[in-house]
Amino acid sequence: MLLIFLLAPFGGSLLVLFFPSDQRGATAWFAGAIAFVCFLLAAGIYPFVTAGGVLRFELDWIPELGLNLTLRMDGFAWLFATLITAIGVLVVLYARYYMAAEDPIPRFFALFLAFMGSMLGVVLSGNLILLAVFWELTSIVSFLLIGYWHHNAHARDGARIALTMTGMGGLSMLIGLLLIGRVVGSYELDAVLASGDAIRNDPLYLPILILILFGALTKSAQFPFHFWLPHAMAAPTPVSAYLHSATMVKAGVFLLARLWPVMAGTEAWFWIVGLAGLSTLLLGAYFAIFQQDLKGLLAYSTISHLGLITVLLSLGSPLAAVAAVFHIVNHATFKASLFMAAGIIDHETGTRDMRRLSGLFRYMPITATLAMVASAAMAGVPLLNGFLSKEMFFAEAIETHLVNSLDTITPYVATIAGMFAVTYSLRFIHSVFFGAPPADLPKRPHEPPRWMRAPIEFLVLACLIVGIIPGRTIGPFLHTAVVSILGDRTPDYSLAVWHGWNVPLIMSFVALSGGVGLYFLMRSYLATGIEGPPVFRLLQGQRIFERVLVTLSWKWARSLEQRFGTRRLQPQMLLLVFLAVSAAAVPLFRRGFELPPLVIRGIDPAFALLWALGIACAVGAAYQAKFHRLFALVLLGGAGLITCITFVWLSAPDLAVTQLLVEIVTTVLILLGLRWLPKRIEESRPEDIPLRVRFRRLRDFLLALAAGGGMSLIAYRVMTQPTPETIASYFVERAYSEGGGANVVNVILVDFRGFDTLGEVAVLSIVALTVFALLLRFRPHPDSQDIPLQQRVQNAFDDDHPDRNAGDSIAEYLHIPSTIMRWMFPVTGMLAAYLFLRGHDLPGGGFAAGIAMSIGFLLQYMAGGTRWVEERLRIHPLRWMSIGLLVAAATGIGSWVFGYPFLTSHSQYATLPIVGKVPLASAILFDLGVFSLVLGATVLMLIALAHQSVRAPRAHARPARTEREAAQ
Amino acid sequence: MELILSAGIGALTASGVYLLLRPRTYQVIIGLSLLSYAVNLFIFGMGRLRVNAPPIVEPGGGGDLARYTDPLPQALVLTAIVIGFAMTALFLVVILASRGFTGTDHVDGREQRGD
Repeated sequence: MLLIFLLAPFGGSLLVLFFPSDQRGATAWFAGAIAFVCFLLAAGIYPFVTAGGVLRFELDWIPELGLNLTLRMDGFAWLFATLITAIGVLVVLYARYYMAAEDPIPRFFALFLAFMGSMLGVVLSGNLILLAVFWELTSIVSFLLIGYWHHNAHARDGARIALTMTGMGGLSMLIGLLLIGRVVGSYELDAVLASGDAIRNDPLYLPILILILFGALTKSAQFPFHFWLPHAMAAPTPVSAYLHSATMVKAGVFLLARLWPVMAGTEAWFWIVGLAGLSTLLLGAYFAIFQQDLKGLLAYSTISHLGLITVLLSLGSPLAAVAAVFHIVNHATFKASLFMAAGIIDHETGTRDMRRLSGLFRYMPITATLAMVASAAMAGVPLLNGFLSKEMFFAEAIETHLVNSLDTITPYVATIAGMFAVTYSLRFIHSVFFGAPPADLPKRPHEPPRWMRAPIEFLVLACLIVGIIPGRTIGPFLHTAVVSILGDRTPDYSLAVWHGWNVPLIMSFVALSGGVGLYFLMRSYLATGIEGPPVFRLLQGQRIFERVLVTLSWKWARSLEQRFGTRRLQPQMLLLVFLAVSAAAVPLFRRGFELPPLVIRGIDPAFALLWALGIACAVGAAYQAKFHRLFALVLLGGAGLITCITFVWLSAPDLAVTQLLVEIVTTVLILLGLRWLPKRIEESRPEDIPLRVRFRRLRDFLLALAAGGGMSLIAYRVMTQPTPETIASYFVERAYSEGGGANVVNVILVDFRGFDTLGEVAVLSIVALTVFALLLRFRPHPDSQDIPLQQRVQNAFDDDHPDRNAGDSIAEYLHIPSTIMRWMFPVTGMLAAYLFLRGHDLPGGGFAAGIAMSIGFLLQYMAGGTRWVEERLRIHPLRWMSIGLLVAAATGIGSWVFGYPFLTSHSQYATLPIVGKVPLASAILFDLGVFSLVLGATVLMLIALAHQSVRAPRAHARPARTEREAAQ
Repeated sequence: MELILSAGIGALTASGVYLLLRPRTYQVIIGLSLLSYAVNLFIFGMGRLRVNAPPIVEPGGGGDLARYTDPLPQALVLTAIVIGFAMTALFLVVILASRGFTGTDHVDGREQRGD
């Protein structure tokens, strides 16, 4: 049931996107219908949440982490949900008329519904983490809505500031909630609400409090984080009315109220929340007086009212909590209607600047009357709802809660803020609706369409009714909400208009008359039309914010980068190697590393000789790699072969086969690449090398020695240890019985760990495609564009001898080897087939076979040249790769058909004519995919590189010819 | 046996690391290849060295680990060889393209003084 509250808005949000953008009416109807359904649902649920009843819905999500999709609706959540959906319906109706024809309507309503869903998620979450998720969603959707007119720079800036502030707050709140979860042992709201004492007495209480308050106060635009809200007014007015006055900014105070039972009542809470609330209340109201923008005035007034709610929550007394909840509702009603009125004025006159507006009463009397009633409610005039909650606030402000200076000044601050509220409300009405007729408005003002005014009418009516007969209208609902927060601590309170002559009433009176007086005193100043309050306007939140942002993200980042960063690879590598060596060395020596005795006996001299050669190859390759690339490559191959022999020697035939084949392909690849590298001639006089370079080489040499020595020690230490219990026996025991193959390594690859292999070959194909793509755009350096020296010499020889045609020598070069290589093609094909078929039982397998087959193609390329091969063979490496990948994946999926998990294999033997008995596990099909893919990938890489030699001279020749043509 | 292999691993690592720190792209690619031999042998060595005990079981029935060498490091190394090959190929093409674009084979894409 509760899930519908989330599914309907989010689902609707997706659906709305599919509406054509010219169907404004239909889109609005749809969005409105969804909001209305949610509202009806909330209304229908009401009987279940009265008297402390709680509705729950649970869905396991990641129960291991205590993260469940728990929805929980109690009276307080119900009140909020009703507010969100009811005002949602009204705002949709209003937006239907407000949005211009050229605005992309589906996007607006999609975001609007998504916001409604997120906000409902926040209030319905029964799990703290879920709450944080929806909280972030509201920030993000709010960002998108503020930036809805993204062609407008103000909108973009406002959206960015809002997202940065609320995003930071959300992050901090998440940490705070995680800490709460740690203290309580559960993220479930029920568990958290039941353990208030544990949280308040925990040493982590203060950090939790600060983190969560940061989240709540930024969201509710409390001083000093308030400045994002006025900038958010760049949003379309329905958004301002909905998000930035009625609902989203209330999320902060919602959270404060939600956690009030577990966090409030301490000294720290009183000071932080109270100080933030009081200063926001006062400053917000003060700033509001000096705004020239209608929406700016309302925004600062919203800030001030949120401050009022925060102060009430800070006091920690149950009565104050009642007043806070009441004021949340009241503020939502009158502020939403005022925003809508401001939007109508903007819509019908074309401006929101109070310096240009005046005397609108004669053009739009109904709207003016409505706005007057609403702003009277905002000012706290009796018989309106704002008066009641303000009265309760005054009453609470005089009460002594904790004996300290903050508590003492509260009533005075409250009265002054109340006075300011009267002043700005009066200013709003007086400067817009009265006075001389407006002179130069962009449009001629008139009453808005009937239905655009209807939401305001409804809300203002609500203000009036609640203000006159509170006990019979809002009373029971408020009680339900309050009981769910306060439980047994619910105080006796009365919602009456008349409480007799008492101090709060006198305060109200002082505020009203003082406010009116202040307005008439300040009229001359306000008439000067200066934007922003005196003194404070120099201190602009946005400016400071921008400066901090620039300093953090640009200046500091840059200087940090300059100091600690480098774009050069070598220092980075040096640091990396150094860290790697230390990371291994430090723990080893701290835990005590003992070297086992060196066993010299029992060494096979042949093996020793082999590795003497191997070491010589490695060192030689290192020594020669700079000036003698080909030689270094040969030595590298030597080291590779020694590695290969070592594998054979030490019982790893599969590795040996693969290593050998890969070695061949790698060598050929590098050989193909060599011609594109610059020539480098060794310095004849080694004493010319500067000292700095010598030092660097020595340093690198020592580091390399440390790395090599360390590897040797660790390897020796491990290899002389007896084998501990390993999981290997599992594979050895089951390779045949379950994998259906005798070659355990192959069975592991294609069966036990088949999914890894699938990933691995996918990587191979990605690499091949990347290589292919990189080479498509390859532009060789001018040095390497000419045909190689040897071919030039051969061509020159042909030219010198009249009996020879050009190109003869190149064609005849290494003629006999190339003939043999051509004949080798079927043989390599045979070898590949052999390797493939025996793979499951004996060394071999799809991978080795694929590489072997690609070597077959490679030999053809080497023997006959690129063009010769491609005239004779059809080479479609891309096709082979995709077929391979599909076959491998399909084999895996095939096991689903038989009801087994992905890549379960089935094995059997089959007898083929001539070949004899071959293992025919379904794994062999998978292996076939691997074969095809490896073949395709390898061939693709090799021929892509080989093609460069064919392509480059042509690419080079073309511009030369055009130049010649241009010269003629 | 173990002594010699670990010496070999050490030599391969040292040569590889030294080349890794050099300024020319070709040196780095050779260094990476040498280093990957060393790492492959190292991983392989973690399964202990056995002569004449390839992990190929008798067809029919389960095998006994005592009679064979450890197949798991071998499977890992087989994967590592493949990925190493892919990496070498990709890196080779990157250095060729970098040389084509920047005109130098220095690892930073431009010549530094004193190399």
